[in-house]
Amino acid sequence: MSLIEIKKLSKAYESGEENIRALIEVDLNIERGEFVSVMGPSGSGKSTLLTILGGLNHPTEGEVIVDNIPIYKLPTEKLADFRREYIGFIFQSFQLIPYLTVIENVMLPLSITEKSNKEQRRMAEEILERIGLRGKEKRLPDQLSGGEQERVAIARALVNSPPILMADEPTGNLDSKTGKEIMDLFRSLNQEGQTIVMVTHNFENTTFSTRILSLKDGRVENS
Amino acid sequence: MRLKDISINNLRRRKGKVLFLILGLAIGITTVVALISITRMMNEDISMKLDEFGANILILPRSDDLSLSYGGMNMGGVTLEGQLLHDSDLPKIRQIEVNENISTISPKLIGRVEIEGKKIPLMGVRFQEELRLKKWWKIHGTEPKNGGEVLLGNEVAIQLFKSRGDSLFINGREVRISGILDETGSQDDFLIFGDLTFVQETLKRPKTLSLIEVSAFCNTCPIDEIVKQISAKLPHAKVTAIKQTLQTKMEALDHFKKFSFGISMIVLFIGSLIVFTNMMASVNERKREIGIFRAIGFRQSHVIRIIFLEAFIVGVIAGVIGYLSGLGVSHLIGPILTGAKSMKLTIDPFLAFGSILLSALIGTLSSTYPALQASKMDPTTALRSL
Repeated sequence: MSLIEIKKLSKAYESGEENIRALIEVDLNIERGEFVSVMGPSGSGKSTLLTILGGLNHPTEGEVIVDNIPIYKLPTEKLADFRREYIGFIFQSFQLIPYLTVIENVMLPLSITEKSNKEQRRMAEEILERIGLRGKEKRLPDQLSGGEQERVAIARALVNSPPILMADEPTGNLDSKTGKEIMDLFRSLNQEGQTIVMVTHNFENTTFSTRILSLKDGRVENS
Repeated sequence: MRLKDISINNLRRRKGKVLFLILGLAIGITTVVALISITRMMNEDISMKLDEFGANILILPRSDDLSLSYGGMNMGGVTLEGQLLHDSDLPKIRQIEVNENISTISPKLIGRVEIEGKKIPLMGVRFQEELRLKKWWKIHGTEPKNGGEVLLGNEVAIQLFKSRGDSLFINGREVRISGILDETGSQDDFLIFGDLTFVQETLKRPKTLSLIEVSAFCNTCPIDEIVKQISAKLPHAKVTAIKQTLQTKMEALDHFKKFSFGISMIVLFIGSLIVFTNMMASVNERKREIGIFRAIGFRQSHVIRIIFLEAFIVGVIAGVIGYLSGLGVSHLIGPILTGAKSMKLTIDPFLAFGSILLSALIGTLSSTYPALQASKMDPTTALRSL
């Protein structure tokens, strides 16, 4: 049984009087431990696919089944619980909370769990250690470099050990050297068994992917 | 980390706006606290100045006789002769349940005596009590100090050609005129006032009373309640409330209360609008942030809690500031409005707690719509970069 199963997935937007079809009858399976890169030109529907996979965006038609859960049949609050338990998001421009320190940003997904403050801190410190950000826990995001901010975003996505990591252009705002470091980190995470779905423009980023998914005009061209 | 830490950190970040928010709400609470405190001061002031209004309860013997008027008060069947009330009735009045509201009890005996061929009413009073009731009395001379002295009403003095220091004979007993009353325009001008015991002896009606005037005030209960309780203690007497003076004052106070309530509502409404617009703006500014919260698994209820918590914290702070400044304002302008020289600053825990609670409630309620809007935000729209 695949970790993610997508059946006849379609998504259409109303834009004024125009009906834009962002995704058209997409069928896709993603197995545990896969590192899938989603590529395609702007407007091809790759970001839409990622948000639908992540439980953020209701499809117009079709089904998304993650770990045997038809996620869009869940009530709103349960869908939020699903995102917390299954998905770690890494957004394009880091999207850290500016008034929270590094460690607080990392602890954010844990703040709504039953875990004690001590346990939250321990988990956050452990992941910061792993991604090489120890010693910078008390800094605010604007006191960090782009690469460091990206690492904080990765730490936040991984802190509660979600089965799936989703990244949207993770190197989009980074220089090539830092971008490569981040990709190395992704590779090592994947080698440890982490399932990753990544949207990217940059072909170099797909070096470590186990599969490349190419989208064009809302359809999967090859996979 | 808990949700409260997110709320507190966000409030810290937006210091200027939060200060404006607190100020808007605090002004409302200040107004409410100041108006409530001033209304209370006025109430207490009326209570304190009660003696200046004279008596407001009249106790007369029950009688079927034709009525007589005294000072605009109906005296029922006070026949100037006959057995009426008794000295022993006085302590009974003090025994009523709400006795702490009784300020002065002034017993009186009225009889008619013949002096130099003229029939003149003589009233026995206890001068200490009578003078407390009749603050408007102006005496040329002094009030009688003992049974051997009397006070003459202005008209009596003219008719008898007497002035202070002169003597006159009442039922064969010589008394000295210690003072003459300035014209009052009331029946007091036509009376001779003597010590109650002396008058009781002179009229040969020991321990007898014609009427009792009582000055009472009740902040919390209507005057009718006092009347009812005295009536129960003195079943042989007719107890009447003279409402005019107090009623006018109480009506004025009532108008002020209504005015205060109206002003408070308007100011609080403005305060809640400030909270509403500020919170709405805050939610719009934080669209992206709320999108992140939702994307990483915050429930709608978590987002609502963050916003409510912020509004609650702001409300509590505004409540404390509003209460303290309201207390200060009432202390400053209360004496001007009530005419009292000084007012002591008292902290009323009920008002303190109430105003903080009210502030927190307004803050939270005004944030309901913004909080619901925030919780319903589509995370993908909020996170445009996705």
